[in-house]
Amino acid sequence: MSELNLTSAPTHLRHGSSIGQPLTRRDGILKVKGQATYAADNHPPGMLFAVMAVSSIAHGRVTSLDVAAAKRHPGVVDVMTPDHKPRLAIDPEIKTNPFVFRMEVLQSNEVRYANQPIAVVIAETLEAATEGAVLLAPRYETLPALIGLDAGESYVPPVVGVGNPTENHRGDVEAGLASAGKQIDSIYETPPQYHNAMEPHAIVAAWNGDSLQIDMPTQGLMLSLGRIAELFGIAPDKIHIRSPFLGGGFGSKGLMSGPPTLGIMAAKLVGKPVKLVLRREQMYGPVGHRAPTRQRLRIGADGEGRLTALDHHARTVSSTFDDFYEPAADASHTLYAAPAIRTSHDAVRVNTGTPLFMRAPGEATGSIALESAIDEMAWTCGIDPLAFRLKNYAEVEPITGKPFSSKALRACYEQGAARFGWSKRSLQPRQMRDDAGLLVGWGMGTATFPALMFQAEARAVLRRDGSGAMEIGAHDMGQGAWTALAQIAADELGLDIDRVEFKAGSSDLPDAGIAGGSAHTATAGAAIHSAGAAVIAKLADLATNDERSPLFGAGNAGVIARDGRLIRRDDESRSESYPEILARAGVAEVEARGTGAPNPAAMEEYAMHAHGAVFAEVKVDPELGQVRVTRMVGAFAAGRIVNPHLVKSQLFGGMIWGMSFALHEEAITDRRSGRIMNANLGEYHIPVNADVPPLDVITVEEHDPHVNALGIKGVGEIGITGSAGAVANAVWHATGIRVRRFPIKIEELLT
Amino acid sequence: MKQFDYVRPATVAEAVAAAAQPGAVYLAAGTNLLDLMKGGVSRPDRLVDVTHLDGLDGIERLADGSLRIGALVSNADLAHDADFAKSYPAVAEALLSGASAQLRNAATVGGNLLQRTRCAYFYDTASRCNKREAGSGCDAREGENRTHAVLGWSESCIATHPSDFCVPLVALDAIVEIEGRNGRREMALDALHRLPGNSPERDSALEPGDLIVAVRLPPAARGFAAHARYLKVRERTSYAFAVVSAAAALRIENGKIAETRLALGGIAAKPWRARVAEDVLMGVTPTADAFQEAAWRALTDAKPSGDNAFKIELARRIVVRALTLAAAGTPARIPALPASPFASTSGAIHV
Ligand SMILES: Cc1cc2nc3c(=O)[nH]c(=O)nc-3n(C[C@H](O)[C@H](O)[C@H](O)COP(=O)(O)OP(=O)(O)OC[C@H]3O[C@@H](n4cnc5c(N)ncnc54)[C@H](O)[C@@H]3O)c2cc1C
Ligand code: SF4
Repeated sequence: MSELNLTSAPTHLRHGSSIGQPLTRRDGILKVKGQATYAADNHPPGMLFAVMAVSSIAHGRVTSLDVAAAKRHPGVVDVMTPDHKPRLAIDPEIKTNPFVFRMEVLQSNEVRYANQPIAVVIAETLEAATEGAVLLAPRYETLPALIGLDAGESYVPPVVGVGNPTENHRGDVEAGLASAGKQIDSIYETPPQYHNAMEPHAIVAAWNGDSLQIDMPTQGLMLSLGRIAELFGIAPDKIHIRSPFLGGGFGSKGLMSGPPTLGIMAAKLVGKPVKLVLRREQMYGPVGHRAPTRQRLRIGADGEGRLTALDHHARTVSSTFDDFYEPAADASHTLYAAPAIRTSHDAVRVNTGTPLFMRAPGEATGSIALESAIDEMAWTCGIDPLAFRLKNYAEVEPITGKPFSSKALRACYEQGAARFGWSKRSLQPRQMRDDAGLLVGWGMGTATFPALMFQAEARAVLRRDGSGAMEIGAHDMGQGAWTALAQIAADELGLDIDRVEFKAGSSDLPDAGIAGGSAHTATAGAAIHSAGAAVIAKLADLATNDERSPLFGAGNAGVIARDGRLIRRDDESRSESYPEILARAGVAEVEARGTGAPNPAAMEEYAMHAHGAVFAEVKVDPELGQVRVTRMVGAFAAGRIVNPHLVKSQLFGGMIWGMSFALHEEAITDRRSGRIMNANLGEYHIPVNADVPPLDVITVEEHDPHVNALGIKGVGEIGITGSAGAVANAVWHATGIRVRRFPIKIEELLT
Repeated sequence: MKQFDYVRPATVAEAVAAAAQPGAVYLAAGTNLLDLMKGGVSRPDRLVDVTHLDGLDGIERLADGSLRIGALVSNADLAHDADFAKSYPAVAEALLSGASAQLRNAATVGGNLLQRTRCAYFYDTASRCNKREAGSGCDAREGENRTHAVLGWSESCIATHPSDFCVPLVALDAIVEIEGRNGRREMALDALHRLPGNSPERDSALEPGDLIVAVRLPPAARGFAAHARYLKVRERTSYAFAVVSAAAALRIENGKIAETRLALGGIAAKPWRARVAEDVLMGVTPTADAFQEAAWRALTDAKPSGDNAFKIELARRIVVRALTLAAAGTPARIPALPASPFASTSGAIHV
């Protein structure tokens, strides 16, 4: 991506290190000027436009398509259907690895959910392709659709999430509940939610013989590349994917889905480059979503308010043809020190696209239920919700008994509560009003998200002109990888950030692993760290083995890299610049590779999680039931903060999504047809600016020597957890009404 | 996209002639029409673009004290016209509570009046909808109908009219000026929108080719400026249609209500003028009890059309609140969060 002209206007003072500095995003100017090239901005010569026709029934089969009518429309070049399409090398129904999910790529005329692609019209203009898709006028044989959490017989799935056990327990839950002085038994429901990243899924695919050039937003360059190679039967090195920028991913662009595959097929069919971009409403089906849940929480506590048992069961759904189960109950594994914990899941199958990852899958749905239930329990015990959480503070991970690699949650509670003014909260609900008579309520929730890591590789280069390069196929989804990873690269290379050419977002670079699980900065950062160390070691070898160098004899361990120089550790007056070392050695550059990966030994020994505490204030109109969040404070401990500015934005985004979860977001599914009736941004409500109150984020200092060499835990998803519950609990505190079905609606508050 | 003719008439007469042809529709700012075309809900053969017609974009005060608003005045320009906002504050507040700033900048007065329902089944061409396709059935009736009508609906259609603007307009006896094939005529706004009955496919009393050229507020409409409010409950603070809304305007003389105007939005296929409730308040002291009584009267005929019984109670409460706010007096400035229950929140930013 050498054509990218990134900036790093130093709005900050350097303290000898890039890591930890609040750099503004280096791709920001490109973006505000409209110069950042997103996938759909590419127009290779001769490109045609593809538009998907999608199913309006949720179950059945397509019995006819008026292909002739579509083809007669001026500008239409071809219509791809189950009977007329390029052959794939393998059946897309075959799951070749656990990260392969089934997709609809016209393999049959069967319809498994509404909005499933059933044909693709390829035309010279977007308008012609769009009209062609309408002219197909599909006819169907409609079969009854399975809809909702009670659609059929439930079953216990083999695993939930990515390979998590369906059930977990520690201690005797029934005994714990039986011995409890106080108990609650509550059922919470969360709705289906759909991805609405600003940039819809898009692809520009161009075949050149048997090689393939792709522009496509992806959170997993190598996973996508591997899947495309397998589907089209071509060698991975024949495929090049560019994904310099994503207009948001949130889990929906992690794995190869049907629509971009159809774009590649269409390009093959017509022998020309093809662009396929999803319409907003087409996002509600083939690209994953957050499954609905119904969660039952049974909690017991003794006379002192100490938990005796925590039982968390989640019902969820998967599609009729594949398996992904929102691991909602797992949220109860890590936060509260109950001596007996049981978590379990069951599921029913429904006619939807397969639910998949959506920002904090399992953690978000589980957290709003758990945090509401803990709030109910605190109230039942007559204890302030913060005091109750502190009483049940987990010193070790409750479900495993492992110590935490680090856990500054107490500090989060303290700093968040102090900033919010929590100590002035009344225990009783419906006690506070503002000057205008609106009910005021304060609520809190605990945030948590696991500190994960995947595998990654990076390549580092130091050049004779004093510059360096760091190459890694990392993904910038808007979170700021172009900036944060370059900051790490600069430090690891001992160079100013402006002297480092940072390359990312392309599949011909070393594999950065998937940008998901809030693990990207940690994983890619670890690879950059080791590649940097390796290239510095090579450079040091050149110097310390050369009699002519002032560093001669210092040995590898005896030098440090700083400001483009190697410096003797024990005598800082002796140093040499990188260009001097390389020039004398007669080499143009040195290069080295490094990898990042989780440390199995540390994982065995420690529980690794980020934590946080979120406090929210809401106002509710006492007669009209409309709710508005007026203040939120979140304090988060997530290990080392590479860039406080970007981290704050991530956490803001998470907190806003949490409030959206509590108050706004819901896909409304027609109870008979299974179609989603609000598949547009006008009616699928997410918060608008006027809904978002002043947000205050505190990042709490935390040093974690175990998670990875850099001590990074990740902040991508944690912001939703805790926040949704905090808002819901604040609504209860304002009104005295406990709403257990989310999002909270006006009618629930009309008493 | 379906191919269609696009014509840009030079005069109103040409426009009417062009739009009277079968398959022709007027295009104003297109903020509703183009969405409907993209979704295949509306598939016109010919668009008659009226945005270049002369003389339809003025706000004039007439000699008799009425105000004439050209059909092409944008929602934003009208709301921000200082004299207009002062004289008809509830109308300005309603306008500013609608859609988003971008949409209000584009949307026209005529288009706002004639915007179509937001019933999701009307938008979903795979659903049966009597309004979209006469006689096909109504999938909303047994479907997801939490936000549908509680007044004036029929078994054929339970959709609501979504406009905010129309609610205070109908309360103030606005008149619509129309140019049609047989020349100029006018009708009360209250008569423009139709209740569904057995023919929900007809939204309005307009005939093919009829062009709205202006909306007129009669002289009496100014008399309510001191006590006029619009209140809109919605599911987020801004950029959402009303779940229920109300416009209340009072003329108070010597501590007694001399005249009341009351209309509800989001509950019927037309902006709902509540005349019985207005009558109850004639000559009484503005008290909570009186407003309760009026609210009760306003909703006597209401009945749920689905999962929406809550809208009846909510509507009563909104009526009481809107009357209470109106009685308290029009604020000197339109609140930063217009028509919102949170309008009093300090520090809010204009939306
Ligand atoms: C996301 C979104 C949110 C919205 N939220 C709100 C809201 O909260 N409150 C609210 O009140 N509105 C809301 N609106 C609707 C908005 O107010 C209307 O779309 C707008 O007023 C229509 O005006 P227009 O000029 O764009 O009309 P167009 O879309 O051009 O036309 C609408 C209809 O009116 C006809 N028409 C237009 N002008 C004339 C005329 N002079 N004579 C005869 N027929 C005519 C057209 O043929 C067409 O059928 C929202 C719209 C959107 C897209
Ligand atoms: S309520 Fe009216 S607009 Fe909605 S589906 Fe029924 S007939 Fe159509």
